[in-house]
Amino acid sequence: MLRVDLAIVQCWVRPGSRVLDLGCGDGTLLEVLRDSRDIEGYGIEIDAEKITQCVGRGINVIEADVDHGLADFPDKSFDTVLMTNSLQVLRRPDRVIAEMLRIGEECVVTFPNFGNIRTRLSLAAGGRMPVTRQLPYQWYDTPNIHFCTVRDFEELCRQQQIRVLDREFVAEQFPDRLIKATWPNLFCATAIYHLAK
Amino acid sequence: MPDSFPPGSAGLVVPEVHRFDSPLELSCGRSLPAFELVVETYGELNAARSNAVLICHALSGHHHAAGFHGSEDARPGWWDHYIGPGKPIDTETFYVVCLNNIGGCHGSTGPRSLNPETGRPWGKHFPPLRVRDWVKSQALLADRLGIEQWAAVVGGSLGGMNAMRWAVEHPERVRHCLVIASAMKLTAQNIAFNEIARRAIRSDPDFRDGDFAEQGVVPRNGLALARMVGHVTYLSDALMGLRFGRELRSGSLQRGFEAPVQFAVESYLHHQGEKFAEDFDANTYILITKMLDYFDFARDYGDDPVRAFSRAQARFLVVAFSSDWRFAPERSREIVRALVAANRDVSHACIESDMGHDAFLLPNSRYEALFRAYMGRVAGTC
Repeated sequence: MLRVDLAIVQCWVRPGSRVLDLGCGDGTLLEVLRDSRDIEGYGIEIDAEKITQCVGRGINVIEADVDHGLADFPDKSFDTVLMTNSLQVLRRPDRVIAEMLRIGEECVVTFPNFGNIRTRLSLAAGGRMPVTRQLPYQWYDTPNIHFCTVRDFEELCRQQQIRVLDREFVAEQFPDRLIKATWPNLFCATAIYHLAK
Repeated sequence: MPDSFPPGSAGLVVPEVHRFDSPLELSCGRSLPAFELVVETYGELNAARSNAVLICHALSGHHHAAGFHGSEDARPGWWDHYIGPGKPIDTETFYVVCLNNIGGCHGSTGPRSLNPETGRPWGKHFPPLRVRDWVKSQALLADRLGIEQWAAVVGGSLGGMNAMRWAVEHPERVRHCLVIASAMKLTAQNIAFNEIARRAIRSDPDFRDGDFAEQGVVPRNGLALARMVGHVTYLSDALMGLRFGRELRSGSLQRGFEAPVQFAVESYLHHQGEKFAEDFDANTYILITKMLDYFDFARDYGDDPVRAFSRAQARFLVVAFSSDWRFAPERSREIVRALVAANRDVSHACIESDMGHDAFLLPNSRYEALFRAYMGRVAGTC
């Protein structure tokens, strides 16, 4: 499962740090971080089966709804708060990011870039909501309710005075991989942001 | 004979009595000059003595957690859904120890036992107990069985309080602590229900101020009423609706009928009450509900549960059930919050269930999968 974006996330997590992973899924990322970076921490997950999978691999997982269940965590109680590929399923992504920055010294957020050229072409040419390999859902059954583009996200950071410590853009296809750095909003599939307040 | 037991059953199990002849100093300042524990064990202790699991029972529980005492037994032990070969607490992997705690009424030293100083039953004079007294007696049992460290201490409800107390009283002796449908302390509502139950017992004329045993009577009505109140609080409105609705056991609500009406839920509750009054001791009920009321996990740690949990070395699993209003999911979240703040390893799930507080005893596929996954990790540390 470790795709290139998760490898980047890994680089941004300091060894031995205390990590909270929002929407941790089956615990793969925390397991990798535990084994490679010697971190301690917890995942937050709402899906029953994924919680059981985390428990089965010995990952600390706490059942909670990321949209509502973060008030329990005190200010600056974690070194890094992660959220990979979940931003778009939240009811209020802006509030959750604010919560992440309250709880953690630093945050790492990854999200699919809806400004990608393939998404744009699909909507422009087909006139229908894009269904891609990365976003395989129909409009009516998608868990993804808040898409954004790289530029949207940059704007949110500017408005909320969030410091972008680092940003990486990932593209899987050719020629996107070669030109994504020049035109990230057109060619990156997944954006990865390292944030602080 | 074991062939006649259902698959996955611990089969025929035989309780043993362990006698301890040195005095047990209790937290009330008094001591028991000697005491006995009735114990069941399932599975084999491994050569490293690292696979022992302690099961902590709740208010009305006892040593008989799994399997059968004989082929004519109608029902297996109280946690048979989760203990047995191939079950989450797998008796092929673990050496499972379950006891009737002191103060109980199923064979261990309690109000029914004879007070050696008077030669008469202890009755209401049995010393008041705290959960830590149970831990103390369980630690002596562990010594006796050659168990230096439990692979896991597991308990639901009051048993979960017992398990948490183990984790902070003997941090080095607990590798995993499973706290199910429990709380760090009871709420006012919860204490209120316990006091209603105690008053029901005390106001039965046959209670005789706690001396009923000596006078050869049993406060059946009081016990039954206490159990009926308790039972309602252990279930959920949804479950009672589902199981009984407004179904009638007898009579009719049509006009023109005078025969007395009995709802199914009424006869069920009466049956539960009578059954309970058959074998439970009224003094034990009062004693153990007070243990519940007085339990306050963090009291001795400056009322700071984070400080208390900071002592623990165990990894924790904390489980709640959505419809449990006696030990509500929020109580479990309080435990989890304190454990996270204390930087302890903890996982937490709130299981969707209609079964109320009793859900921790009953079959539930998600609960079972989670329990199994966690115990699988425990097995990896044996």
